[in-house]
This record gives sequence, structure tokens and C-alpha cells, in this order.
Amino acid sequence: MASLVSCPHCGLRPKEEFTIKGAALHRPASDAPSDVWLDHVYLRDNPRGEYEEYWHHTAGCRRWLVVSRNTATHETGMVRDAAAALKAETTA
Amino acid sequence: MRYSALAILKNALRGNRDWRPAWRMPDPKPHYDVIIVGGGGHGLATAYYLAKEFGIRNVAVIEKGYLGSGNVGRNTTIIRSNYLLPGNNPFYEFSLKLWEGLEQDFNFNAMVSQRGVLNLYHSDAQRDAYTRRGNAMRLHGVDAELLDRAAVREMVPFLDYENARFPVMGGLLQRRGGTVRHDGVAWGYGRGADSLGVDIIQHCEVTGIRRENGRVTGVDTTRGFIGCSKLGLAAAGNSSRVAEMAGLKLPIESHVLQAFVSEGLKPFIDGVVTYGAGHFYISQSDKGGLVFGGDIDGYNSYAQRGNLATVEHVAEAGKAMIPALSRIRVLRSWGGIMDMSMDGSPIIDRTDLDNLYLNAGWCYGGFKATPASGYCFAHLLAHNAPHPTATAFRLDRFARGLMIDERGAGAQPNLH
Repeated sequence: MASLVSCPHCGLRPKEEFTIKGAALHRPASDAPSDVWLDHVYLRDNPRGEYEEYWHHTAGCRRWLVVSRNTATHETGMVRDAAAALKAETTA
Repeated sequence: MRYSALAILKNALRGNRDWRPAWRMPDPKPHYDVIIVGGGGHGLATAYYLAKEFGIRNVAVIEKGYLGSGNVGRNTTIIRSNYLLPGNNPFYEFSLKLWEGLEQDFNFNAMVSQRGVLNLYHSDAQRDAYTRRGNAMRLHGVDAELLDRAAVREMVPFLDYENARFPVMGGLLQRRGGTVRHDGVAWGYGRGADSLGVDIIQHCEVTGIRRENGRVTGVDTTRGFIGCSKLGLAAAGNSSRVAEMAGLKLPIESHVLQAFVSEGLKPFIDGVVTYGAGHFYISQSDKGGLVFGGDIDGYNSYAQRGNLATVEHVAEAGKAMIPALSRIRVLRSWGGIMDMSMDGSPIIDRTDLDNLYLNAGWCYGGFKATPASGYCFAHLLAHNAPHPTATAFRLDRFARGLMIDERGAGAQPNLH
């Protein structure tokens, strides 16, 4: 894994400052049918290759970030603020 | 050919020219009754029991690498049946009983060593939890002993007993637990299955699963299409990738677990010891190296290697338990791909496709389960019904609220 990760708020920081939560999934509406919630809570694509993850900058700005990472090589790619990314998607 | 002391003597006198290869390298046939995807411990054990116990020998095991190159060759070799929950305990005890007869059964030295597994506890509450676990084991007819501090000290004198934060107060001991030579398991089951007529097709990667009218007709591979009547998936960390070829999305994330071996040392750790104030487990191999491991790294990975932060974390836990480890040199480290299920317990079940069967979700505890996993998966493939010890390992248990929450952390994904 990259030793240094480029946080959009804090700049280049050691990866140990971050906590990796897991796949950056879209949260269903609270009244979505149970099979949608079952899929969101329990099922995973679990890809080998590049995918997007939620990272928390626990020892830094404490913002949630969306990080593109390759699960076969551990290379990290684009890092963006999660809230900003979500806002950009919903207002697009 | 049968391995025996006499065979060694006879062959030595003949210049060792007559040893046969332990298994054939056949070309795939156009069709098999059963194809098993995954030539690791569980896949090979399944093929072995299909042939030996259930009389189904027209079987192929398809392995993308070389036999045993996955997790079966990468684990810390521990076997035990000290599980708490009724959905788990009988299964792991069934596995331990199979371990006890295995070497005679498959005529191969797998170095099954029942040297004992000792789980340390460091507080009254933890003692109570281990008492409960020990009693649960005994209710299922499984051996368990609760040792106090003095008894543990006699067995394992070099622990950090006086640690101010986490003193060693005692331990739960399963004497019948221990270690097994992991490669020997792969080779023994492989040789056994092959000798019963199973084709082990190595360096053959499944690239697609063909379906017609809701049934699997066979697999596309890097060595061509191979037809089958039944398809069983035993691909461990690669389960999601293979299942996706059949349109299935699994309750599994693939995570890296690292393991380590030290330089060779004179024997001083006689059994398996696990830490109660952190995730750490250690034993000593017959070559003298300490074999140990700890937590998973904590992120999805198919890389079969992990991060230095985890190496440090594991070393810290080890040193907290056994201060003498601080001066020991680590010789080698490696990683595997753990198929982490959403409740930490495995899946041995049929799927929505009538002739597609799934064996997955072993997290970091699959090695000890190898014999029972193979036997129960073979039972399911042969009879279309679960073995009595594996009835809880359902794929749909997450939808039905029947998670097997062995770790007591609550029914939550993101468990890992």
C-alpha cells in the first residue's frame, strides 16, 4: 500500500493515520424494500482490482474520504472528500 | 503405492528408482459427474471423500495454480474444536475426530500432533467467558480443562505473568488440539483422491460458468470447456470471483491475513498458546521455527501480502505475551486471502442454481475445518442434503436472521 496518502484536506499523510471502513456503498433509502437492505448490509461485489472505499482520516482532519484502491496491488488512486462527492452526485 | 517403513527400506535398497509420482497430471476429460473449483485443502478433501465415502469417482478438481498454493499452504497449522455455539461445535469436533484418524486413512504422514491448545485469560470476566466455553464444549462431549495460574505456569513458564495491565490468570486447555503439517494435508488428500480416480487438473483457471435452463452445464477454463453434472465451488478467498461467473453475489469480503515464522530455535514452546489480551497465537514447528500470527490487516485484499503496520502490531502482541520473543529474528512472512463472511462462520450450502454448490466463508479458521469441510461438502454434493453437523451453514441465514455469532460481537457485518 502506498505509504503516503493524499488527503484532499491535509495533503500527503502516512497511511497509518487512516482507518479503512470498506466498500463505498450507496446507502439505500430508509424505506427501501428488505431485499435492497439485505444486499446493502450483507452482500458484496468484493472485486479483485480497482474499487472505491470509505476511509476515515482518524488521526487527521477526521473527514470521511472516498479512495480508489486496487485490491490486487494495493495501489491507491484518487482520493476525494466523501460528503463533497455525494453532494456532487446528487446535484449533478 | 502404499507408503510404509518397509517401502522406504525396499526402495532405499533399490536406489530409490521406483517411487511413483504422488498424483497424475491428467488432461481434462470432456465431462465429469462433479467438478470442484479449487485445489486447496477443502477442495481436495471434498474430492477424496466423494470418492472414498460416497462412491463418486468421476470427479475433477480444477486448480488455477499448483496444488495447495493457496491458504492450505499459508496457515499457522492449528487444529482445535473449542467452539462455543451449537451450530459450530459439533462440526469442528467432527473435524478433529477425522484429523485423529487421517494419516492412517489416507496413508500419508501429515504430522498430526495433538500437543494441546491453551487459550490464556487475563481477567475474571474472561475466566467466566472461558468457563462458559469449556462447559459448552463438554456438553457436546468435547474435552476441555480450565487451568489456574499455577497450572499454566507449570506448562508455559516464560509468559509475562506479572504484566500489570493483563496478568496471566489461567487458561482454557484442549489437550486434543494441536498442529498438523499443512502441506502434508494438501498432498495427502491430493494423492488419496488421485489414487481413487479423481483427476486433479492444475494450472487451469476457471474463466466462466456456463448455464442452460437454470442449471450449470460446465466451466470455461484456460484449458478449454469442461462439462459437469454438478459444480462445487471451494475457492476460499477467490469465492466471490468464481461465484460472480454464475451470477451470484456473496456475503463475503476477501481480506489479507499475515503469518510469520522465526529462525530455528531449540524447543521451548511445546503446544499452541493463544493470547487473551490481544489476537495472537503461536506454536513451534519441528524445524524449530516459531509459527505465529495475529489480526487481519483490516482491508480488502487479493495481494497475498500485507502491511508493516500489522507486522508491528502482531509482534507487539507476541512480545506482550512472551517477552523473550523480543530477541527473536523473524525469518519469513507471507499473506493469504481470507474469505471473510458477514458473521465469521462458514457456508456449505446449495445455491439458487440446482446443481451449483458453495463451500466458502471460512474467514481465518479454515485449516482446522479441512477434513469436516471436505466430508460435509461431499455429503451435500452426493445426497443434496447437509451433513448433520453442518446444517447451520446456510447461505440464506443472513436473510433469515440466523447468523452464527461465535465471536459474540453481535450480528453485524463490518465484523472484520
